[in-house]
Amino acid sequence: MRKRILTISLIAAGIILIVVGIVLKQPEGVFAKAARICMECIGLG
Amino acid sequence: MALLLQNANFKGFFEGKIYQGASKSVCVPGLNCYSCPGAIGACPIGSLQTYLSGLKFKFPYYVVGILIFIGALVGRAVCGFLCPFGFLQDLLYMIPFFKKNEFKLDKYLRYFKYVVLGLFVLLLPFCFKLTPFFCKYICPSGTIAGIWLASADKQVASQLGGLFSWKLVVLGIILVTSLMIYRPFCKYICPLGAIYGFFNKISLYRMHLDKSKCVNCKACAKVCKMNIDPSVKPNSCECIRCGDCVNACPHKALKMKVKI
Repeated sequence: MRKRILTISLIAAGIILIVVGIVLKQPEGVFAKAARICMECIGLG
Repeated sequence: MALLLQNANFKGFFEGKIYQGASKSVCVPGLNCYSCPGAIGACPIGSLQTYLSGLKFKFPYYVVGILIFIGALVGRAVCGFLCPFGFLQDLLYMIPFFKKNEFKLDKYLRYFKYVVLGLFVLLLPFCFKLTPFFCKYICPSGTIAGIWLASADKQVASQLGGLFSWKLVVLGIILVTSLMIYRPFCKYICPLGAIYGFFNKISLYRMHLDKSKCVNCKACAKVCKMNIDPSVKPNSCECIRCGDCVNACPHKALKMKVKI
């Protein structure tokens, strides 16, 4: 029973956080980084 | 399949340019560098560091929400089925070579991925701004992206220096070790696996052990390449949910299923 509540709570929490992030326009921040070559990631420093 | 879906921008591999479509605002579940020419989504670990290392701190609700949502749904099944770098290690382990999958230091090295998560993904980017420490100094997926971009673009190739050499060494060690040890990056280094592992015991999709059918023959433990005994710890945080143990159990005591 406790596991069930925890599982459902975490799924709900994940969805809520995603929605909050979308409202705060955070996907745009992710896009701004992901749509450009990440110099550090590929080893250019 | 996951490798192809997450890197569906095939044109990028030939042109040496990364994808810039709207789907880049969505984090893929596995470790897939967003600078890979084929990547159509964003890396969750890279995105997490981007927010933590920002000059003005903003809690990464969106990225953390995605990690919690995926973790709570499937746990480390992402590692077993959806991670491109995990798949690469699977292929390398299939190559006939000297194998040493069990050794004394194995159980202690497993804790290192939590150090990588805490230090390189969370603390250092937060303390030293504008630097994604894990991506910059460790991530092998980014190195592969760099090799591809450098081979396709002379301008990129001309700028490679000491950092790239270091990353090549790290990548080389991981790839060679993958010939001998099953998924060494997943076991000892991957911070994403460390995060998803926390959810293994309570995820919606998880392993169920029917103790009335289990005869303790240890057929599951013998076949497990992550060195787990599923009859003792069916939802270990080290389990990548590949299903080998389920197939090996002669009494069908182990099952992977969705259960609320």
